[in-house]
Amino acid sequence: MNLLRYIAGRLVVYILVVIFALTVLFFVPRLGPTDPVEAMLAKVASQGAYMDAAQVDALRQSLADTFGLDGSLWDQYGAFIKRIVLTADFGPSLSMYPTPVMELIRNALPWTFGLLLTSTLIAWVLGNFVGLLSGWKPNSTSSRVMEGIAICLYPIPYYILALLLSILFSYIWKIFPLTTTIRGAPWSWELITSVVWNSFLPAMSIVIVVFGWWVISVKAQTTALKEEEFVRYARLKGLGDARILSRYVLPNAILPQITFLALQIGLMFNGSLITEILFDYPGLGLLIYTAVLQGDFNLLMGTISLSVIAVATATMIIDLIYPLLDPRIRHR
Amino acid sequence: MAKFFADAPFRLYLGVVLVIVFIIFGAILPWFAPGDPLVWYTAPRNQNPSAAHWLGTTSLGQDVFWLLTYALRNSLILGLIVAGFSTVIGVFLGLAAGYAGGWLDRVLSFFMDALLCIPTLPILILMAALFGGQLALPIVGLALVLFNWPYPARQVRAVALTMREREFVNVAWFSGESSVRILVRHIFPYIAGWSAANFINTVLVGISTESALAVIGLSSAQQATLGTMIYWAINYQALLGGKYIWIGSPVVAIVLLFIGLFLVSSGVSMRSSARRMSI
Repeated sequence: MNLLRYIAGRLVVYILVVIFALTVLFFVPRLGPTDPVEAMLAKVASQGAYMDAAQVDALRQSLADTFGLDGSLWDQYGAFIKRIVLTADFGPSLSMYPTPVMELIRNALPWTFGLLLTSTLIAWVLGNFVGLLSGWKPNSTSSRVMEGIAICLYPIPYYILALLLSILFSYIWKIFPLTTTIRGAPWSWELITSVVWNSFLPAMSIVIVVFGWWVISVKAQTTALKEEEFVRYARLKGLGDARILSRYVLPNAILPQITFLALQIGLMFNGSLITEILFDYPGLGLLIYTAVLQGDFNLLMGTISLSVIAVATATMIIDLIYPLLDPRIRHR
Repeated sequence: MAKFFADAPFRLYLGVVLVIVFIIFGAILPWFAPGDPLVWYTAPRNQNPSAAHWLGTTSLGQDVFWLLTYALRNSLILGLIVAGFSTVIGVFLGLAAGYAGGWLDRVLSFFMDALLCIPTLPILILMAALFGGQLALPIVGLALVLFNWPYPARQVRAVALTMREREFVNVAWFSGESSVRILVRHIFPYIAGWSAANFINTVLVGISTESALAVIGLSSAQQATLGTMIYWAINYQALLGGKYIWIGSPVVAIVLLFIGLFLVSSGVSMRSSARRMSI
C-alpha cells in the first residue's frame, strides 16, 4: 500500500515536472529580444534560398503556427501543451520538408539510447569491479594507482575526452574513422560490425568518464562497508573474499549510486549531445545541431522538447525502481 | 589557514597548486599581453612554437599562448560568477525551505526537483538558436545560475531538516537566540564545508557547460573562452592541418584545470566530513 502511494506521488510530481519543463520551453522563445519568426526567416534567406513575397508570407504563417503565435498568450500556452502532450506532433521538418519531425526523431533516438545505455552499462560493470577490488585493499599500490587514474578521468567533460580520443586515434594514429559512416544491409553482419566500429570512440568517451566516477564512489563505499559488523561476521563464519565481496559488500555499495545516477542523467545527456556532434554520430545531438544550423524551428522545438521529456522520464524511472531494489526502503 | 592544511589529504594540496597555477595564468598574465590576442593577423600565421610565440600561432595570426591566457581569464570569471550566485541563492533558499517547512518548503522543493530534471544544454541551445545564433556570456551565466542553484539548495535543505531536531538547536532556541543567529552560528558551520566543495564544483560545471556550447559555435564566438578557442581551431581545420598545439592547448588546459578543481572540491569535502566526525 505504501509502495502504491509512493508510486502515485512520484507520478504526480513527474507530470508536474514535465508540464513545468514545457512551460519553460514555451516561454523561452517569447523572452528573447528578437522575434523568433523574423530571425528564422532571416536565417532561411541567408542560406541563399530565393523566395518571392508570397512564399515568405506563407512561411511566416506556417512558422507562426508552429510557434503557436495565434490568439492570446493563454490560448497559445494551452494549445502548445495540448499539442505536445496529446498528439506529440511537431509538424513537418522545414529543412527536410515534408518529412515529419517525429519520424526524424524516431530514426535518431535508437542511436542516442544505444550509445548511452551501452556505454553506461560497460562503465558500470567495469567500474564496480575495479572499485570493489580497490576498496577491499584500499592501501595497496594497484588500488592507489587505480584511484589516481579514476580521479584524473572523472572531471573531464565527455566532449573534451571525445576530442582527445579523436585527436589521438583518428588523426595522429589513424585507427578509427573520423566521422560516422554506417554501411551494410539491415541486420547483416557487415552492418553490425560497422555500427560497433563507428560507435567505439563516442562510446569510449562516455565509458571512461563514467568508469572514473564509479571507481571513486564504489571504492569509498567498499572501504567503509568493510568495517561493518555484518562483513566481520561473514569473515568469521569462514566465507571467502569473493563471496563476501559479491554477496555482502556489493549490494550495499551499489545502491547509493542509483540515486546518484538519477541526478547525473541530465549531465550525461548534455555530454552525449556534444559527443555526437563531434563524431557526426546520427543521434539526437546531431539532429539538434542540424536544426540549429538550418534554422529548422520545428525540428529544434521537437528534439529539445523530447530530450527534456526523456531526461525527466529516465529520472522518474530510476526513482521508481529504487525502492524495488532496496529492500530496506520497500519494507518501510 | 595553516591549521586547515595541517591534516588535509594530499589531493587537496595537489588540487590547490594546480588551481593556483591556472589562476595566475588567467588573472595575472593577461595584463602582460603584448596586445589584444584576439585581433587577427597581429602575428605571423601557422607558426610552430618558438621563442617569440611560445605555443605557436593560429591560422588567423593570433598568438596561442596569450590567447589562452585571455580564454582562461574569461572562463574563470564566468565560472566564479555562476558558482558564486548559485551557491548563495542555493544555500539561502535551501535554508529557508528546510528551516521554514510547510508550503514554502513544498514549493521550493518542487522547483529544485523540476530544475534538476531539465537538461541545461538543450535549453541553452534553443535560446542560442532563437536569439540570433549566439548567446552573450552574461545570458549564458544567468541561465547557468538558474539551473545550478538547486544542487546546493537540496543538500542544504536536507541538512537544515535534520538540524531542526538537534538538541543544541533547541537549547539555543529556548535560551532566546533569534532565528537568524541560530542559522548563522549553529547551522551554517555544518554546511560551510560542503558549500565550499559545491562552490568549486559549480565553477567546474559552469566552465564546462559554456565550453560545450562554445565548441558547437553557439556561445559568443567573439570572446575568448576555452570553448571558443576549440571552436575556432575546429572551424579552421586545425586537426586536418596537423596544428595540434592550437587545438591541444585549450583541451589540455581544460583537463588540468578540471582535475585541479575536482581535487580541491573532493579534498575539501573529505576534510570537512572528517572534521564533523571528529567533533
